[in-house]
Amino acid sequence: MLYCAALCFVALLSAAEAATIERAEYDHYKYHPMPEITQWMTQIAQNYSDIASIEDYGKTYENRTISLLKIGLKTPGTKKAIWMDCGIHAREWIAPAFCQYFVSQILQTYKTDPKMEEMMKNMDFYVTPVLNMDGYIYSWKNNTTRLWRKNRTPGPAGCNCYGTDLNRNFDANWGSVGVSRDCCENIYCGKGAASEPEAQAVAEYLGKRKNDFLCFLTIHSYGQLLLIPYGHPNISAPNYDELMEVGLAAAEAIKEVHGMEYAVGTSPAILYPNSGSSRDWARMQGIPLAFTFELRDKGQHGFLLPEDQIQPACEEAYRGALHIITYAHDKTFGGASVTAAAALWTVLLAVGVTSASVM
Amino acid sequence: MSLSSLVFLAVLLGVNGSLSVTIRPEAASTDMSAHPNSLPETADEADTSGQVRVLELEETEEDVMATGELNPNHYPAQRAANVVRHYLNTRYGSPYRVFTLNRVHSGNAEDMADSGRKYQLEISVQDFISNKTEKCSAEVLFPRGEPQDSPSVQASCEELLKIDTKAQEEAWYQQNKNQSLVTAHLPDSYGHIDPGNEPLWHLGIVASSFIMLNESTENTLYNMAQVANVTQLETENDQLKFDYYILLHDMVSQEIIHWKLLFTWSPAEGVKVLQKELMPKCHHCETVEVIANTN
Repeated sequence: MLYCAALCFVALLSAAEAATIERAEYDHYKYHPMPEITQWMTQIAQNYSDIASIEDYGKTYENRTISLLKIGLKTPGTKKAIWMDCGIHAREWIAPAFCQYFVSQILQTYKTDPKMEEMMKNMDFYVTPVLNMDGYIYSWKNNTTRLWRKNRTPGPAGCNCYGTDLNRNFDANWGSVGVSRDCCENIYCGKGAASEPEAQAVAEYLGKRKNDFLCFLTIHSYGQLLLIPYGHPNISAPNYDELMEVGLAAAEAIKEVHGMEYAVGTSPAILYPNSGSSRDWARMQGIPLAFTFELRDKGQHGFLLPEDQIQPACEEAYRGALHIITYAHDKTFGGASVTAAAALWTVLLAVGVTSASVM
Repeated sequence: MSLSSLVFLAVLLGVNGSLSVTIRPEAASTDMSAHPNSLPETADEADTSGQVRVLELEETEEDVMATGELNPNHYPAQRAANVVRHYLNTRYGSPYRVFTLNRVHSGNAEDMADSGRKYQLEISVQDFISNKTEKCSAEVLFPRGEPQDSPSVQASCEELLKIDTKAQEEAWYQQNKNQSLVTAHLPDSYGHIDPGNEPLWHLGIVASSFIMLNESTENTLYNMAQVANVTQLETENDQLKFDYYILLHDMVSQEIIHWKLLFTWSPAEGVKVLQKELMPKCHHCETVEVIANTN
């Protein structure tokens, strides 16, 4: 009897220990090759099986399975959702690092932070740590491949080069502006709109569920920017004002962490015109809050961001993303916590009431 | 005291609902109250055909061949300011002094009849080694013509020279006068640079600034992505001599451009470029490939 209890206790301890060891062992402040990321996803789905699961939603050109982590408290009915994808561009290694960090953060905080718990109850988070897996793996191959950007689809007949720029391939004003028709160039938009399996995977998966999604965040580097739709200089999103307001507030939240400044605006204003981006596609589907994050730095290291900057880069981006997500949530479900306006009124009323009682 | 608190709380609760900054959720499909020139957002307009009506909008006019006062956060001023940064690095950069663009405070652009477009800028640059920031006034002229000549820059930032790096530069110079340094990948794939190699990385940025300055137009935004290779050659006329293979990144085209650079440096003379060569993109690297599906 006692022996049994002891065994059970030991078993329980090991299980708990194993779970915490997995969590403690994965170093979010190092860059990880694809096999490690895949294994990490499996671990997360195992260790948090009550709220996290893996969904496979497509194949890359080289036939790899594209997967996301779906995270949220299980509640009946269809839930609203948040989309985050990282690694559309292979060389932007800080982006997949951020997606993994983001997941670990929400899994840690929902148990102690009532706001996060509320959001997990009302929404599901869909996070794709590496969308362009073929490209990412290629960028890990050797020193000459590190700065690869596109996917790895071979070029069309007559063109000897590989790869399509996935962020020019989505069916959103495809091929109109900010692209190249030369398959050797880095902004080659592909044979046709959504010609690429990776872009198709997102379009198919989200297309079916577009009315559920409140928010679409696509993570890139570098530049320290928050870009809003659309990429075409003559087209404005219907909720441009809202996007700017939310974006500017998110940039403020980012700045509060480590003082880094992120500029906010449309691509054509801040950076360059472009078409066929995933963000534009998402906005055109009706997902109201679509943002491109361009993470650290501003060109000093560029794509080769040192590992000792992964933590601060992720911390600040997390605050920015969280602001947008919280806004999206509160807009739909009502803000349980005091909003900025209410806070201001609090101060004014306090002053008013105090002076009234003095008189 | 307690009564006023109650009143205050009651009012607070009362106003909270109507004064929240959040927008009441509209029906997802139509939002006609939004920007007057925007596309009506209906389910049909999800627009898979890619045919979208092109509308004119006031706020983007300024960016089409921007003239007059510029928005400092928008790309025309930012690209011109980046050119100033390259110029400053060619003039004042060293293994111990390298500038980044901190901020654009204001900008103005003017069409100059036949000669080109002139930008006037107030910017702040930062020496990323000492972290000292300095304000500068600068003028950039992007000339007209096919092929386009390099931009010309004038800048006053005398304060920058007051960043004293003489001792470090002299020490590094003496240390390496009789060396044949060879290294590669600064930074490496993980963004790492051995502390001992940092001056070589800085020197790479300074030397490539000559190229970046030369190649810049209103349609480029250059940064040095990586020093692929460094070979130190024999010191000549008391100048350290280097052969660098450099990778530049142009943000606008997103291309990685390969250059070979032969240059000299000394604390007294700074960087002098002897030879530069544009290298072809490595297409042949990609054609013969056996992709092992190991993942």
